[in-house]
Amino acid sequence: MKTVSFRRRYLLPLAALVVLTVSGAGAHAASSHFPTRIVSLSPTATEDLFAVGAGKQVVAVDSYSTYPANAPRTKLSAYSPNAEAIAKYRPDLVVIASDMNHIVAQLGKLHIRVLIQPAAANLNGVYAEIEQTGKVTGHVAGAKQVVTTMRRKVAALVRSVPRPTEPLSVYHELDQTYYSATSHTFIGQMYSLLGLRNIADKASSTSDYPQLSPEYIVATNPDLIVLADTVCCGQTRATVSARPGWGTIKAVKTGEIVAVNDSIASEWGPRIVLFLKAVASAVKTLENQSK
Amino acid sequence: MIEATAERRSKQCWRCGRTFGCADGEPGCWCESVLLCRETLAELRTVADDCLCPACLGALAEPEPSERRRWAKAVPHVAVRARGVPFPWGLAALAFLICALLVGLAMGPISIGAGAIAESALSHLPWLHVHSPLGATDQAIVWQLRAPRVVLAALVGGMLAIAGSAYQGVFRNPLADPYLLGVAAGAGLGATLAIAYASAASRSGELLPLAAFAGATVAVAAAYVLGRSVGGVRNAGTLILAGVTVAAFLTAVQTFVQQQRSDTLLEVYSWLLGGFASASWHNVVIVAPYIALSSLVILLHRRVLDVLSLGDDEAASLGINVRRTRLIIVVAATIGTAAAVAVSGLIGFVGIIVPHTIRLLVSTSYRAIVPLALVLGGGFLVLADVIARTVMSPAELPIGVVTAFFGAPFFAVVLRTTRRLGA
Repeated sequence: MKTVSFRRRYLLPLAALVVLTVSGAGAHAASSHFPTRIVSLSPTATEDLFAVGAGKQVVAVDSYSTYPANAPRTKLSAYSPNAEAIAKYRPDLVVIASDMNHIVAQLGKLHIRVLIQPAAANLNGVYAEIEQTGKVTGHVAGAKQVVTTMRRKVAALVRSVPRPTEPLSVYHELDQTYYSATSHTFIGQMYSLLGLRNIADKASSTSDYPQLSPEYIVATNPDLIVLADTVCCGQTRATVSARPGWGTIKAVKTGEIVAVNDSIASEWGPRIVLFLKAVASAVKTLENQSK
Repeated sequence: MIEATAERRSKQCWRCGRTFGCADGEPGCWCESVLLCRETLAELRTVADDCLCPACLGALAEPEPSERRRWAKAVPHVAVRARGVPFPWGLAALAFLICALLVGLAMGPISIGAGAIAESALSHLPWLHVHSPLGATDQAIVWQLRAPRVVLAALVGGMLAIAGSAYQGVFRNPLADPYLLGVAAGAGLGATLAIAYASAASRSGELLPLAAFAGATVAVAAAYVLGRSVGGVRNAGTLILAGVTVAAFLTAVQTFVQQQRSDTLLEVYSWLLGGFASASWHNVVIVAPYIALSSLVILLHRRVLDVLSLGDDEAASLGINVRRTRLIIVVAATIGTAAAVAVSGLIGFVGIIVPHTIRLLVSTSYRAIVPLALVLGGGFLVLADVIARTVMSPAELPIGVVTAFFGAPFFAVVLRTTRRLGA
């Protein structure tokens, strides 16, 4: 059961501390060759690798790396990784998000380099990881371009949303038993960027990903509901509107229920811009309605 | 010798109507000196509500002790002494349940005045013309979110407690709980399979509770068949072992499936933890018939549970078909538990601590335990749920945490107390 808490989007994001672990005593660290056979066991890392232009160097990605579609998806597991199964792809670099099953030590015995890129704590962490991916794979310029574009788009989106004196409130839903995310989390910070008030913050003393009471959600009457449980749990605007008692919520009345793909809202790579865009456009619609 | 100092009270013999003094079987009561044949005593226990007078009991006594017979002291078993639920306890239990329901309705993360809730309740009655003072949002919170949750918690709590007492009686095992024969493992596997392999859209409907229900009943059926094939029907211990075996196997399958589909971990985990966060009237309507039927069957067998508690042989000598009776009670308890689990997940400890509290405080007779467990179990879980949704408000606490947090220390007390009694 314990492993559950390691689900990435439920992890308290560690500081954007990115560790490059080199096998042995760092003997290979000075190697000037860029890796040509990369295995990624992290959906975010897969996205980053392809974004910076290192896609051709990637030989295998784990079973949950669903984006981009042309990534060489395999049955490799990121949650219970097996060193032998990974070694079968003869990688010269393995990118992981967390050291499950002591995989770093295991791969170290096989003299395989490991790059740990934990879930980023904030946007700067995302940029740093993309730049690091570029540096390690030999695509510094590509990475720089990705980051510059992201920065520009994010800034434009942040500028584009209106800032009413009374900030709009948002409820971010992780599953249909009302788990949510506070502003301490990466996804919560996205709402802060757009000037939204996160209703989960009142419960931040318990956890960064608290389970909210449905009474509280209905009573707080959020202006906006963001569903990050459309794929996992089949939630839609219709299922939310049909929940007993939820009909009185503003977001349900106005229909401002943003359904996002779970993976976009939980993989903190370049596609986070899409998430911001979806939320920002809902905010703009709401503001236009109130005028 | 200890003098007969026990305090006697006046009683009427239920057989002949004569008045006599009785110390309710406490040490020192006159009935200690009357020797009854064990079979006679067992038979008395099934028919009697209370003690017999010296004349009637004496008539049943063995004229002269014979070596071939097994002897039992005539001190009436609690089963004979207890007249079902003692009136004050019954009243107290009902009062507890009603208070719990009212507290459950009045308290929540959103504070709404109790008076306003009462007025709003009255406004639902057509001929009173009371106007509800609550706004639409509060109205929805109280009647669409809170009320079904309270009712569902009461139903599930009552079911788990009554099923726990039934299992404890049938298996003569104080540690038996409703999950003994694999209900939990089966329901867990059913739910995990549904979450892992069914499409997300189909799962938002009834599929998940149905899968959990089916898993739970199949698991117990498998345990029963396995137990029977190794001759366990006559031996309750073997049946329990069969249940443990089936549970271990199903848990292994469940863990395997869960590992294969690690993207479903959170959903499985949150299902296993259980709770009433997403309770609705629809859930109440689905499970109420199962719980009502199952509780009724167990209630009707409360006297038989007392007889079974004497031992299989004694029960059989009284003409009870032990095998069939045990099957009926197990089936009833399982179906009710499976229905409860299907809508609320796995909530531990209720099935153990509620019957044991009653045993300690009121009586060890199933004629008292079974009905009281139904009522007190409901009240207990409603209060546990109030804690779960208010203490960390507006966050929810998993209800299993609340029941176990109170359950574990309670268990320590039970153990201490029973050791003291045994010494």
